[in-house]
Amino acid sequence: MNVTVTIRRRSVIADPHGATVARALADLGHQGVRSLRIDRTIHLEVDGEDPETVREQVAAMCEQLLANPVLEDYEITVDA
Amino acid sequence: MNVAVVVFPGSNCEHDVVHAVRLLGGDAEAVWHKDTDLSGADAVVLPGGFAHGDALRTGAIARLSPIMQSVRTMADSGAPVLGICNGFQILCEAGILPGAFIANRDLAFICRMIDVEVTDTNTMLTSGAQIGQRLRIPLNSYEGNWVDPTHTGRVVVRYTDDPNGSQDHAAAVANPAGNVVGIMPHPERATEQLLGSVDGRVLLESFLASVPSASHV
Repeated sequence: MNVTVTIRRRSVIADPHGATVARALADLGHQGVRSLRIDRTIHLEVDGEDPETVREQVAAMCEQLLANPVLEDYEITVDA
Repeated sequence: MNVAVVVFPGSNCEHDVVHAVRLLGGDAEAVWHKDTDLSGADAVVLPGGFAHGDALRTGAIARLSPIMQSVRTMADSGAPVLGICNGFQILCEAGILPGAFIANRDLAFICRMIDVEVTDTNTMLTSGAQIGQRLRIPLNSYEGNWVDPTHTGRVVVRYTDDPNGSQDHAAAVANPAGNVVGIMPHPERATEQLLGSVDGRVLLESFLASVPSASHV
């Protein structure tokens, strides 16, 4: 099963890479970019038949390793 | 052996730490991260470097190494546990110290001497220093920007000029008991005049003084 995990740094935590890219866009003349945040996307292929079971398994992966609970939230999409 | 210096794949400061500890009269030995037994050690150092190539996040993979169970047990038992640079990041990822690290505010890899100030002397790393004492030691990191949304971290050494955006200008953070300390700059690289500073000595001497069997050296 194809699973996509989006790891998103919480909005209260700074994103120095995003801020740098936003400044570069302004330098290119793109006005009005109020905010730019860069997320991390992880694509997995996981064995399993039941999307809910797979989702739970990937959630455990996020809790144990893929996301840092101090900084990040995660969102899991399972392609049925 | 008094001080175990843990070597992860990608560590690169273990020799510096072993050298500095021996220079200051302690006994140190490098220990591979797949070992599990730290029973011969009275203290442990997680040195700097890029453990596992910083894959995913700095320290994220290293904290899963077999030896980390023993490091946690030592930390819980009150033994001195010191994380330097990448070792500090590993202690945070492991949840042994609060907070986490993100890229330096200006995205610069900072590699220069910096000034720090000791703000708390009730820890194994700072017990021999004075409150307000200024030290010049090298900083060598890209992800040295410490973030602690819970505001529970105990900042014990601060940067005087905010080089990287670290919260509360934190250069070193301790656990409540003060036996676990993470420090982002490198005291082991400021232990001989040849290196341009000996200001790291007071920190490592404090660390060694807190190692039970080293007090008899």
